[in-house]
Amino acid sequence: MASTLPPRLQALKEEIEGYARDYGLDFFETIFEVLTYDEVNMVAAYGGFPNRYPHWRFGMEYEQLSKGYEYGVSKIYEMVINNDPCYAYLLEANAEVDQKIVMAHVFGHCDFFKNNFMFAHTNRKMMDVMANHATRVRRWIDKLGVEPIEDFIDRCLSLENLIDRNAPYIKRHASREEQFKQPEVTGFKVEREYMRGFVNPKEFIEEQRKKRDDEMQRAKKFPEHPQRDVLLFLLENAPLEQWEADILGIVRDEAYYFAPQGQTKIMNEGWASYWHSKIMTTRALTDAEVIDYADHHSGTLGGGGQSLNPYKLGIELYRHIEDRWNKGRFGKEYEECDDMRERLSWDRKLGLGREKIFEVRRHYNDVTFIDEFLTPEFCKDQELFVFGYNDKRQAYEIIDREFKKIKEKLLHQLTNFGQPNIEVVDGNFENRSELLLGHKYEGIDLKMDDARDTLVNMASLWRRPVNLVTKVEGKGMMMRFDGKEHSEKKVDL
Amino acid sequence: MSLKIKQDHSRFKQIVRGKIKQNLKKYIQKGEMVGKKGKDLVTIPLPTIDIPHFKFGAKQQGGVGQGPGDIGQQLGPGQPGDGTGQAGEGEGQHTLEVDVGLEDLAEILGEELQLPRIEPKGKEKIVSTKIRYTGVNTTGSESLRHFKRTYKQALRRQIATGTYNPANPVIIPVKQDKRYRTWKETPLPETNAVIIYMMDVSGSMGDEQKEIVRIESFWIDTWLRHNYKGLETRYVIHDAVAREVDRETFFHTRESGGTMISSAYKLCKEILDADYDSSSWNIYPMHFSDGDNWSADDTRLCIDLLKNHIMPASNLFCYGQVESPYGSGQFIKDLRESMGDSEKMALSEIADKEGIYTSIKDFLGKGK
Repeated sequence: MASTLPPRLQALKEEIEGYARDYGLDFFETIFEVLTYDEVNMVAAYGGFPNRYPHWRFGMEYEQLSKGYEYGVSKIYEMVINNDPCYAYLLEANAEVDQKIVMAHVFGHCDFFKNNFMFAHTNRKMMDVMANHATRVRRWIDKLGVEPIEDFIDRCLSLENLIDRNAPYIKRHASREEQFKQPEVTGFKVEREYMRGFVNPKEFIEEQRKKRDDEMQRAKKFPEHPQRDVLLFLLENAPLEQWEADILGIVRDEAYYFAPQGQTKIMNEGWASYWHSKIMTTRALTDAEVIDYADHHSGTLGGGGQSLNPYKLGIELYRHIEDRWNKGRFGKEYEECDDMRERLSWDRKLGLGREKIFEVRRHYNDVTFIDEFLTPEFCKDQELFVFGYNDKRQAYEIIDREFKKIKEKLLHQLTNFGQPNIEVVDGNFENRSELLLGHKYEGIDLKMDDARDTLVNMASLWRRPVNLVTKVEGKGMMMRFDGKEHSEKKVDL
Repeated sequence: MSLKIKQDHSRFKQIVRGKIKQNLKKYIQKGEMVGKKGKDLVTIPLPTIDIPHFKFGAKQQGGVGQGPGDIGQQLGPGQPGDGTGQAGEGEGQHTLEVDVGLEDLAEILGEELQLPRIEPKGKEKIVSTKIRYTGVNTTGSESLRHFKRTYKQALRRQIATGTYNPANPVIIPVKQDKRYRTWKETPLPETNAVIIYMMDVSGSMGDEQKEIVRIESFWIDTWLRHNYKGLETRYVIHDAVAREVDRETFFHTRESGGTMISSAYKLCKEILDADYDSSSWNIYPMHFSDGDNWSADDTRLCIDLLKNHIMPASNLFCYGQVESPYGSGQFIKDLRESMGDSEKMALSEIADKEGIYTSIKDFLGKGK
């Protein structure tokens, strides 16, 4: 992939990069590669990387992308990897105006990757890491054959969302043996042997022993506290072969690498869209390109009917914030103003907007972004609504346009990346080395058939029966897979 | 850049093939493939190739959308699926549409039903080879050099190494740039086959019965096409009289009135006499009815036509009797009685769509 950019694109890159830096964007060196659409589809299938470990799901992704392109229903315009240097891709067949938009958009992403706090702990040499992962997996394949490795990867991937997204800095715990080492109870130090009975009366020693045993009993319940990083728990405690642990570790590392992108989708796409639109409309666009630009831009930001487009939601919210901080529409005085006319014409000409959005892009993720900056005015302007499933009609329908409900729903959708919260509750359930998982129920049932299949995969790593406590239609339920069959029973929660 | 993905892609296709094989019975019953047939491909939905995850069930979930509309207004199908990014909704409901080549499909069918290879009859066992230039390689003879690809490669190298000068665009390929066409030899049996489909379209054959015939004929076509170089199909419908029609008409005609099966067999004989010399054609007459015939006399005439004219010329004569609420189902009994033990006759009773699977095996399992 060591191709230099053709001179024309190189010149464009330098031009756009200059505009981006003028506006205060701050990014790692960014390398653009020109790819054919087939190559774009491949790289996209690999999550943006030119090299991943071999696995059929990348082939499936590739098939879908290629088909989408052939049928003309989808086209990948832009792809960029969080890495130092950043890598980004241009589609060979794109018109020049498209290449400009993509470049401007990409510099927005690169700035976001470098500066947003969620990405601070990601590995910036992920290109190399991914290539190393590929080599390691290939080596295992050479040694043990494709089928067992592929099977095992399938199972690991089935569990890949069971990481703790809020703690990317997890350190390994002390090993299990150490936790259970029993300190001998000797009582206080005795200098004169004949005093022993007085310094450490028998009852006292007994009491201390009992106390220790109780503590041990409690410690035997492991993990001591429910553990969100299920993959880490398995890595440390499941009876894995060396190659299995290696592969599970790879899947976990990659899951952590990708997690921040999922948690900042609205912010990141919004930011990139904000900047491509700013750079294009104020600096880069020639008269002849206006129509094509407008067409492309509306394609990116348009919604498909009534669905929510993260690009659109993001850019509009940044603009909303910029406008509010320019006009001083924040703070106690503004909040407490209940004269609607005054509110609508409120303008303190503070001009703090630009500064504010740079601050926002550094310190927020999607959840806090929405939590902090979604306003009733914004929801109304943007025509946001809540939809739900109507059983009778067997269809989704609009159920609410109230600000509070919209915000609640949106936040819920974004929390934990829209995934159920599953954690390890007990690794020695009923003292039989069974695994007990808990689902922190938030009003939405699990998809049961998937849950059952996932339990099977979990059990194959744990090599003992696996249990999951969840709720179905509000009632407690324990799902169990014992290695051969599934069972379910009601439990009180 | 070589496409590393090709390996993953072909592995994926292999998995798809396994899935199709696993679900073949279901696909056959539902006729899913028949409806989505292109020229050389069928597109089929594969529902369960996803890797399972703990995730939310779809219905209670809902989400946030954007746009006009009153409360209670129904959203168009599929819309919630594109909610905020990967917020998880709708995922897993995607069905994967995969294209399967008819050749592959035939092989899958053959493996799954354990169909014997057909031995084409007659002297036409000459196998010719056809050379197909299917790929490009880095080695080869100069006469096979792929001019365009070679120069493309050279251009690419020159651009990559910075030796390309747009002001003086001279491209000089070196040895490593050269690309050559490669070929593959495919053996082709020089044999032709014809299927003559005959169907009773009298009032007692309903839509359900015709659907069964349609699905079966799809699989029979697919299998025979896999075995023969050229396959022709002819269509005959009959009630009391027979006429030749095109495929479309064949499946969509409904007549009323009586049934004279002999009329179809007579027409079949005429077609064979006129166009298909039995020494150079592999012939497959296939007749579907609900088993009602006008009279015992007509049945005798049918048997006579089969015995003395049609079957001697054919590889295999297939009769499929589709159960209908009106038919007496007598005809298959008569055939079985008079010549059911003939190697050249395959008889099959098809109770409903579920019966199609075994019926295909009845017909094709003789390896004729």
